[in-house]
Amino acid sequence: MSIPLNSQEVLDREYLEIRGKILELAASLDRLERAEGCVNEDNRMDLIRQGLQILLQDPNESKASQIQMLFSRVFEDDWREQFNL
Amino acid sequence: MYYFDPHIHMVSRTTDDYETLAKMGCVGMSEPAFWAGFDRGSVDSFRDYFRQLTDFEPKRAAQYGIQHYTWLCINAKEAENVELSREVIKMIPEFLDKPNVLGIGEIGLNKNTKNESTIFLEHMELAIKYDQQILIHTPHLADKYQGTRMILDMLTADSRIDPSRVLVDHVEEHTAKEVLERGFWAGMTLYPVTKCTPQRAADIIEMCGAERLLVNSAGDWGPSKPTAVPDLILEMRRRGHSEALIRQVVYDNPIAFFSQSQNFKFTHPE
Repeated sequence: MSIPLNSQEVLDREYLEIRGKILELAASLDRLERAEGCVNEDNRMDLIRQGLQILLQDPNESKASQIQMLFSRVFEDDWREQFNL
Repeated sequence: MYYFDPHIHMVSRTTDDYETLAKMGCVGMSEPAFWAGFDRGSVDSFRDYFRQLTDFEPKRAAQYGIQHYTWLCINAKEAENVELSREVIKMIPEFLDKPNVLGIGEIGLNKNTKNESTIFLEHMELAIKYDQQILIHTPHLADKYQGTRMILDMLTADSRIDPSRVLVDHVEEHTAKEVLERGFWAGMTLYPVTKCTPQRAADIIEMCGAERLLVNSAGDWGPSKPTAVPDLILEMRRRGHSEALIRQVVYDNPIAFFSQSQNFKFTHPE
């Protein structure tokens, strides 16, 4: 099933919303840089940087799914053995 | 449009919310047992909670023409206390014959621990023993993918579990497809910050199709919105989706799933 709107209609409808979200993101990153101290070594900053890269990648893969997986803990097939269940 | 909210925690809501929901087209709801925001200390706390779910809430809902159903369990967060969990599981059968009980839920995982998994398996045994449907909570945020895979492992490893009688809730972009492909029903929860927005839920419907897919508001004591299902209805209309498709997701699907429970005696309003 596809979205009934064409891409031009989606862009017309969502352009300002996307612009606003990018602006919020930019302001959050500015806030981080203005604040005292340095969080560059914090693992979460690396995840944020990777997330931003995903937004500019291959349009054939779901960006939302990739972002979800980036921020997910790893699943290990042998978890039941680890838990002795 | 009439709709059915398949997952909403009305014990946390005011009577005004029942009135608002009724005005927005809600004619039925199911309320899984969940965490109260604090850990309860005894099995009698749960017994009172189950009385509230099976006696008080159906009456409160009925004042506004809403048919109220429920699910019973000890939730994943409190399942860390294995001893208490076992006492609660032992007590649940006292309530399974109440007319609004649909099954066991919302069982699941929270931090994906050994204790949570142990109690999940014991809830599964209870559901099998009493031929009950199951409603499942999947974890949030970073724990969701791992926890969902663990839950699917436990369900599919037991041949006595019929996937068509199990609803796996709180699916998102990275978990919906696998849940549906394995034959389970899947629920999307519209909730600020930690779960799904109406826009993303509409995207998932477009990508996965509407078959066996439900949508709910959760509507609990957190910063949730009990009228989130009408938000999805509006979003799908704005995109140009048919009324039949919208109705399938917000009305036909929950009723089809719940109809597998012997206690589900829903009366259509039309």
